[in-house]
Amino acid sequence: MSAAIDLSVLEAAAAVRDGAVEADEYAAAWRAEAAGDELGAYLWRSDGADGARADSGGELAGVPVAVKDIFCVEGMPTTAGSRILDGYLPPYTATAVERLHDAGAGVLGKTNMDEFAMGSSNENSGFAPVLNPWDPERVPGGSSGGSAAAVAGGLAPCAIGTDTGGSIRQPAALCGIVGLKPTYGAISRYGMIAFASSLDQCGPLTRTVADAALLLEVMQGADPRDSTSTGIPGGVGLPGAERLDGLRLGVPRELAGEAEGIEPGVREVFERTLATCEELGAEVAETALPHAEYGISAYYVLAPAEASANLARYDGVRFGLREDSSDLTEMYEHTRAAGFGAEVKRRIMLGTYALSSGYYDAYYGQAQRVRTLIAEDFRSAFDEFDLLLTPTSPTVAFKLGSRASDPLAMYMSDYCTVPMSLAGLPAISIPAGMARPADGGPELPVGLQIAGPAYSESRLLDAAHALESAIGFDGAPGRDRTTVG
Amino acid sequence: MRPVIDREQVLHVARLARLHLDEPEVERMAVELSGVLEHVDRIAGLELDQVSPTSHVVELENVLRDDLPAPSLPVAEALANAPDPDRDSFRVPSPQA
Amino acid sequence: MSEGASGWESVIGLEIHVQLQTATKMFCGCELEFGADPNVHTCPVCLGHPGTLPVPNRKAVDYAIQVALALGCRVAPRSIFHRKNYFYPDLPKGYQISQYDIPLGSGGSLADVRIHRVHLEEDAAKLSHVGDTGRIHGSGASLVDFNRGGTPLVEIVTEPDIRSGAEAREWLQLLRTTLRQLGVSDVNMEEGSLRCDANISVRRPGTEPLGTKTELKNMNSFRFIERGIAAEVKRQVGLLEGGGEVMQETLHFDPATGSLTSLRSKEYAHDYRYFPEPDLVPLAPSQAQIEEARERLPELPGARRDRYASELGLAPDDAAQLAFDAELGAFFERAAELAVDADNRAVAGWVTGELVRVSREAGLEHPAATSAGPEAVAGLADLVATKMINRKTGREVLGRLVVEGGDPAAIVEAEGLGAVSADDGMLEAAVERAIAGDPGAAEKVRAGEMKAIGALVGAVMRETQGRADGGEVNRLIREQLGV
Repeated sequence: MSAAIDLSVLEAAAAVRDGAVEADEYAAAWRAEAAGDELGAYLWRSDGADGARADSGGELAGVPVAVKDIFCVEGMPTTAGSRILDGYLPPYTATAVERLHDAGAGVLGKTNMDEFAMGSSNENSGFAPVLNPWDPERVPGGSSGGSAAAVAGGLAPCAIGTDTGGSIRQPAALCGIVGLKPTYGAISRYGMIAFASSLDQCGPLTRTVADAALLLEVMQGADPRDSTSTGIPGGVGLPGAERLDGLRLGVPRELAGEAEGIEPGVREVFERTLATCEELGAEVAETALPHAEYGISAYYVLAPAEASANLARYDGVRFGLREDSSDLTEMYEHTRAAGFGAEVKRRIMLGTYALSSGYYDAYYGQAQRVRTLIAEDFRSAFDEFDLLLTPTSPTVAFKLGSRASDPLAMYMSDYCTVPMSLAGLPAISIPAGMARPADGGPELPVGLQIAGPAYSESRLLDAAHALESAIGFDGAPGRDRTTVG
Repeated sequence: MRPVIDREQVLHVARLARLHLDEPEVERMAVELSGVLEHVDRIAGLELDQVSPTSHVVELENVLRDDLPAPSLPVAEALANAPDPDRDSFRVPSPQA
Repeated sequence: MSEGASGWESVIGLEIHVQLQTATKMFCGCELEFGADPNVHTCPVCLGHPGTLPVPNRKAVDYAIQVALALGCRVAPRSIFHRKNYFYPDLPKGYQISQYDIPLGSGGSLADVRIHRVHLEEDAAKLSHVGDTGRIHGSGASLVDFNRGGTPLVEIVTEPDIRSGAEAREWLQLLRTTLRQLGVSDVNMEEGSLRCDANISVRRPGTEPLGTKTELKNMNSFRFIERGIAAEVKRQVGLLEGGGEVMQETLHFDPATGSLTSLRSKEYAHDYRYFPEPDLVPLAPSQAQIEEARERLPELPGARRDRYASELGLAPDDAAQLAFDAELGAFFERAAELAVDADNRAVAGWVTGELVRVSREAGLEHPAATSAGPEAVAGLADLVATKMINRKTGREVLGRLVVEGGDPAAIVEAEGLGAVSADDGMLEAAVERAIAGDPGAAEKVRAGEMKAIGALVGAVMRETQGRADGGEVNRLIREQLGV
């Protein structure tokens, strides 16, 4: 059975279907792994009644999936990493999870996350931080830190998370696994607790690119309960490419060249990967996204603004925490003060301020315009190039607590991922190698981000698959790595 | 335009957001928000009057639902998570006035 | 005509909320039902649960387009939803989905009042106060029932073209009739499917700038709206004439005492922080769709008034009165259909004249809702038209019908109220007796003083206990006197 948990999801699902692997034993084996969680990856684990339908004949029959605690699952505790939802049991299930269920998968557990998806390190969880399986003194990234740590740490065969400014891609990079944010609208947001509605997207975190494709195909689709959902026209097949011949790959100088704070180690791996691309037959050239430098500024107005409205429903009236008072206003103010952590409060304040009378045009209105410019930059770049490449994160995993006192420094972790979110474009992070952190210490994973035009997931996955094979990253902490020569 | 968000503004925004902040939090918030706003300020000065704002990245229109009833929650389920249920209603402190 | 006539002009605008009569809520499939047990029509969406999303009701959008068209508005080729953010227990998401600067309809008019805008939004839930609960913390609690939350609303905002409370009442009647005609709402103020707030200011006539306006809320009948507006106008005029200033505030009118109280509370000034709703995509009805909706519009009051005048031959005032009151118009049409001898004008006269007056005097709710149905009124009109009874008798019988119901012919028969007519000779005999009994008056009439005929007519009427037809009596007297 230890062999079975080493299988990729694609392989395991096939084995269950063929009868080579017994579904109940497979699920039990994973539950046992999950039970050994010393990373704080899980907030809640299933005891077996997790919705798996091994005999359904679906593409994921018998496969347990770790689900970021931002997805509502009927009857399962769902907190979005926040004390304000401690004890909340949703009366319904998110569409993305329903689709996993329909495909025969089960929920292995609910993974830890930055509170309401606000963070890049999982240190903002209302419960406990998550540790990076490669180095327990470092962060796994965030906000889908629990999902990433679970997959990288051998506590789940695969996971789903959400990405608003980089929250799937960045933790995937910091944990040395695959993380995909699809085109905005590809996967229904119904049942996905909202942070920033125009940016949030569900996506898979997996050990292989093919696994990510499988999960994406199961979950994608237009949903009548989400009027902003479109699915991916034509769906997504399994990737098969081994080479990149004829592909034109662009490297935006603003995100990969002079970008602020890209660590030397990260840059080295990135450059090496570009060389690998060329060896695989791609044309690699520099391009520009002239307004990308304003991405963080625009994002940190838009996302908090939408969040300030999305989080207004946490008021102690209908569910969640309530701090009693005979005065309604006091009840609201103390409930929210007690229930929300510091980062969430910061962003609610920022967002409320940006929308408030007198400031709307200068902040929110302006950020909306920057968003248009960034989207146009991508459109121009994709006129000349098929895909764009950047490092996923400017640094490898940083130490717990090292950015706690400087919110802005934390926000800058999203520098390379935010522009794709603003433009609603699909992007994947795959492990590209290892590098030493700038502050010294053993090597840690480095992620490569590949971005494409809207609905280009198939091409994206093919390119990622080809690179994955060529790079040969052996994605598990504590083992020898094969680096690309 | 250098935005410095001062104590008064912090208190005003906190009230709009129904967030109680204790005194050290108010001071910290003023500093932290000012820091972020300074960075955000990079876009404040850009000349973007000719650019139309994006409110939706996805280009859909007229996504509607037929006027057909769907099952409602049984009352017990609707109230299952209520912090202070009163038989079939949600109880809250009375708003003033 | 404005109240406080002494040199002040009232400037009044109305903000009306109309609950749409769809099967389900604006953004979810929960059913709508007035008076249901608390919280039986709720779901994760309208309870504002985490992760839920709104999806707009197609029929509500269609109804809103119809309202906009019926009010002569331009329907926006593209309109969007906005979030209106504030905290209140009846607002589960902490924001209301509404429309802000790009509404569905704009720039119309109904009669003399211009319409500023028409837009779609969702209704709040229902909050009820329970008073002291005796709990440790309790100095009063409220209960929230989310059944109503999410009901589709159309908001109609007028320009400040109204000049008095009476005008407001009349215009609202017309609006109500129009909406009833469209079939988009049951527009029942008592049940809250039609709600109206007023914005009121006063100024010296002929001056340009508007005075400071106040907002008058929570008036739940047309009568109260009229009185509330009048009271507020009076208050403002009194204030200004006394050298004071009108403060911008929200007021509540108490119809029992006639007093106005300010609703200024601990609530801080609302900053709604509107921004485009990211969970909803724009509404973009095509020209074809709009034209199709326009074709589906039923006969609206203006067109109905014109038809009553040109096709049914009614006098302009009657035509307008009947066209602008849905129930009364329907009543009239039915009665006119049933009447055999009486013509449309006569029937209309009975409806807008006596029926309205008698039912008002009897303190009844509406002239079309008394015990006198259209058949009875038609029968009555016929009896008078054929001179079976005179007008005076007709009025008396109507008074009875309104309160007791019944059949007019049967009442006349049973009580012997039938007109004394010229046919059976009794009337001629009565006229002879009247002339013989007042030779002085008879002389004057013969001499050409026609006024004197009144005395002779009076004598005949007394003898016949008012049942003779006045016109016939007059004719017979002149015939017998040879004038």
